Amino acid sequence: MRGADAGLGRPPRALVLTWLALLGLVALTLGLAYVPLGRMGIVVALAIAAVKAGLVVTLFMKLFRGPVLARVAAGAGLFWLAILFSLAATDYLARNDAATGNFSLPTGREGSR
Amino acid sequence: MTTATFTGKAEQPTRGAQASYLTAEGFTLRSWLLTKDHKRIAILYTISITLFFFVGGAAATLIRFNLVTPPGLFQPDTYNRLFTMHGIVMVWFFLIPSIPTTMGNFLIPLMIGAKDLAFPRLNLLSWYLFVIAGVLGLVAIFAGGVDTGWTFYTPFSTMYSNGYVVLALAAVFVSGFSSILTGLNFIVSIHRLRAPGLTWYRLPVFCWSNYATALILVLATPILAITLALVAVERLLKVGIFDPALGGDPLLFQHLFWFYSHPAVYIMILPGFGVISEIVPCFARKPLFGYKFVVWSSIAIAGIGFFVWAHHMFVAGISLYAGLVFSLLSYIIAVPSAIKVFNWTATLHKGWISFDAPMLYALGFIGLFTIGGLTGLFVANLAFDVHATDTYFVVAHFHYIMVGGMVSAYFGGLHYWWPKITGRLYPEWWARIAAILIFFGFNLTFFPQFILGYLGMQRRYASYPPEFQIWNVLSSAGASILAVGYALPLFYLGWSLWRGKKAGPNPWAATGLEWRTPSPPPPHNFDVTPTVTRPPYQYRPDPEPQDV
Amino acid sequence: MSEAPLDQVHLEPQYATARQQAETAALGMWVFLATEVLFFGGMLFAYTYLRATFPEGFAEAARETHVVIGTINTVVLLTSSFTMAWAVHAAEHDRRRATALLLAATALLGLLFLGLKGLEYYKEWQEGVVPGLNFHKDGPNAHVAAMFYYLYFMLTGVHGVHVTIGIGLVALMAVRAWRGGFSARYFTPVEVTGLYWHFVDLVWIFLYPLIYLAGRSGP
Ligand SMILES: [Cu+2]
Repeated sequence: MRGADAGLGRPPRALVLTWLALLGLVALTLGLAYVPLGRMGIVVALAIAAVKAGLVVTLFMKLFRGPVLARVAAGAGLFWLAILFSLAATDYLARNDAATGNFSLPTGREGSR
Repeated sequence: MTTATFTGKAEQPTRGAQASYLTAEGFTLRSWLLTKDHKRIAILYTISITLFFFVGGAAATLIRFNLVTPPGLFQPDTYNRLFTMHGIVMVWFFLIPSIPTTMGNFLIPLMIGAKDLAFPRLNLLSWYLFVIAGVLGLVAIFAGGVDTGWTFYTPFSTMYSNGYVVLALAAVFVSGFSSILTGLNFIVSIHRLRAPGLTWYRLPVFCWSNYATALILVLATPILAITLALVAVERLLKVGIFDPALGGDPLLFQHLFWFYSHPAVYIMILPGFGVISEIVPCFARKPLFGYKFVVWSSIAIAGIGFFVWAHHMFVAGISLYAGLVFSLLSYIIAVPSAIKVFNWTATLHKGWISFDAPMLYALGFIGLFTIGGLTGLFVANLAFDVHATDTYFVVAHFHYIMVGGMVSAYFGGLHYWWPKITGRLYPEWWARIAAILIFFGFNLTFFPQFILGYLGMQRRYASYPPEFQIWNVLSSAGASILAVGYALPLFYLGWSLWRGKKAGPNPWAATGLEWRTPSPPPPHNFDVTPTVTRPPYQYRPDPEPQDV
Repeated sequence: MSEAPLDQVHLEPQYATARQQAETAALGMWVFLATEVLFFGGMLFAYTYLRATFPEGFAEAARETHVVIGTINTVVLLTSSFTMAWAVHAAEHDRRRATALLLAATALLGLLFLGLKGLEYYKEWQEGVVPGLNFHKDGPNAHVAAMFYYLYFMLTGVHGVHVTIGIGLVALMAVRAWRGGFSARYFTPVEVTGLYWHFVDLVWIFLYPLIYLAGRSGP
């Protein structure tokens, strides 16, 4: 069997296509960054990043061919990050609430306790 | 689910016929420092955290000594360093590692019928990280200490404090990675290394509790680590995102810090639940009542524990809406905790209860944890918390959980599994005396603090108004009793190592795989991989453990 | 030259089969990566909050980042992920020389990434946008720019540490592969190292738009 071990051989087609798709997405997101999309700009850029991440996770890391537990672990990481973002948002998004008169984006008044 | 892969591995040839893990690798220091045996690593951890328990305890003693008289005996600056040292050492160098790294490391492979944890080298690495962290922490303490409190609140910690903050931050940062690796090892081992027939619902609650703890260790600790790194850089370079003078937001620090530190409270109590769930059925000679409820309440606590952190920030300037949301969520987490107390109580009902030392600790745990949990509901209440924030009410509340709960569980478990770990019986009467002293000493120390807090005495001050003196004197008196209670086991357990009676494999006639192997166990735990055919805690109808 | 197949040589006593050991190692790495998500997530949360609070100041600062170097580095890292995946494929098919060469290529691409990153840091030092050490910006949003660059250096710095560790691991695997340390039955270390390397790439996939692209077309 050692005889087959000459040179690099040809890369699997799926990996090459994934690589090309990733490079294409880099070009796309770079181009779109110069299009004035306003506040949507970052949303589009992150959506493209998510697609790239999906390609890497699926085709390079083979997450969906491995054991279920690997998927659970990966999902748990993202879910727990979502907890941090969403529950902290209950504070930050409501901080300017006129009903409470609780306007206190960083002004220094909070100080330390 | 994974049991199908556990067949047909031939046994390794045994080295000595009767060699235990304590003797098989020899007695050299080298054989201990380079060991990959989970049981030996557990012993290394036990020695390390015992040291830190007494360091933190010494600080506590000095704190109570200071508070005997209203003006205080120490300078305020010294006092600040004392309570900070007490907090940092007790939280990160005793409570967080306490049960998981000692009994967890020792027992999880035994309980799941495995020869070791999944990653033995990682296990040893996590002990070394812990030691490095501990040395950094001790250097910070002996170089002059830290005065930020264990919470490292910004901007005090980044701009104004003049202690060895960065060194202390580094210590906690490194200990965090030690925790993460331990958690990772537990999760993977419990998933992948269970013996044939050991389904999830046949798993001892101790394993479930440590599994739930490991989830928190793995998912919360990295947030703490990166937050403390940001604080350290902010302090070193005077640039950053937490100091309002720089345009940053101190509440950002608090959100990140408590995102870890509230779940960390459950790191510090869930393993205790596991120990109590093992002890109560054994000494009531009954199966654990509502096994599935106990199991799933552990997992629920680990999950919901991440949804309540901002209850530490009610008066810090968070939005009122967030205060309402977090107050409500904090109430919800009381439900699974209450389920556990109900189930332990129901297990005791009509049991044949014997009051050996582990059971005394367990009963103490149930009572003290209930008080701590109920007062937790008080402070989860937005309106009451405005009154109680930063008073001794909060101090008393969390000490009922951390010390009355977790430390009692730690001692209970230590006595329960002492014969398994060392092969020797401890002296029962001395152990009962210590357990009773600890229970009464604890209550005398901390119950007065509820009253002090309710009356308005602020925490973290070296002095106080004279009218509070009587309660403080009572509390300090209790602390002296507590100190004796905690020091006693050091002597009689140490004595038993050489003079205790031989224990035999199963001195408590308990169920569970750990009791089916000799005490102390052989290097790879089981000569033949055991097969499990029954649920845990089958203390009735036949109290004898089933044979292999 | 040993008699037993490699997967039996490396079988630890707590495992019943080599397959169980291999799957467990991969699972361990996935759990570790979940931890890593949260490790970077703390900084990403700080970034999100501050960007939402100071949109103009952040866009203004982000516009001045070196988008050319950033984009080249993105391509470099994505390509290294490709060579890594290819290396795992080669290992699976028992092509040892190919495995070793592809791992070496991955490590070299990682070094190229670090080199370019270093060049970028050097330029930023000269521009005086290194908060705390060499920061010469003024104007109403200077303190916001300082926070942006602080997060920029923390995020890319921590990422750079991960790349460095990754290069070390990949290079080690390359040496082991070259010496015939792996076979079609035993290549778990290559696979697990690959997972780590891909994760480092994943982090960069998100850092790229957050640092270099945000604010290119105005706030
Ligand atoms: Cu809390």
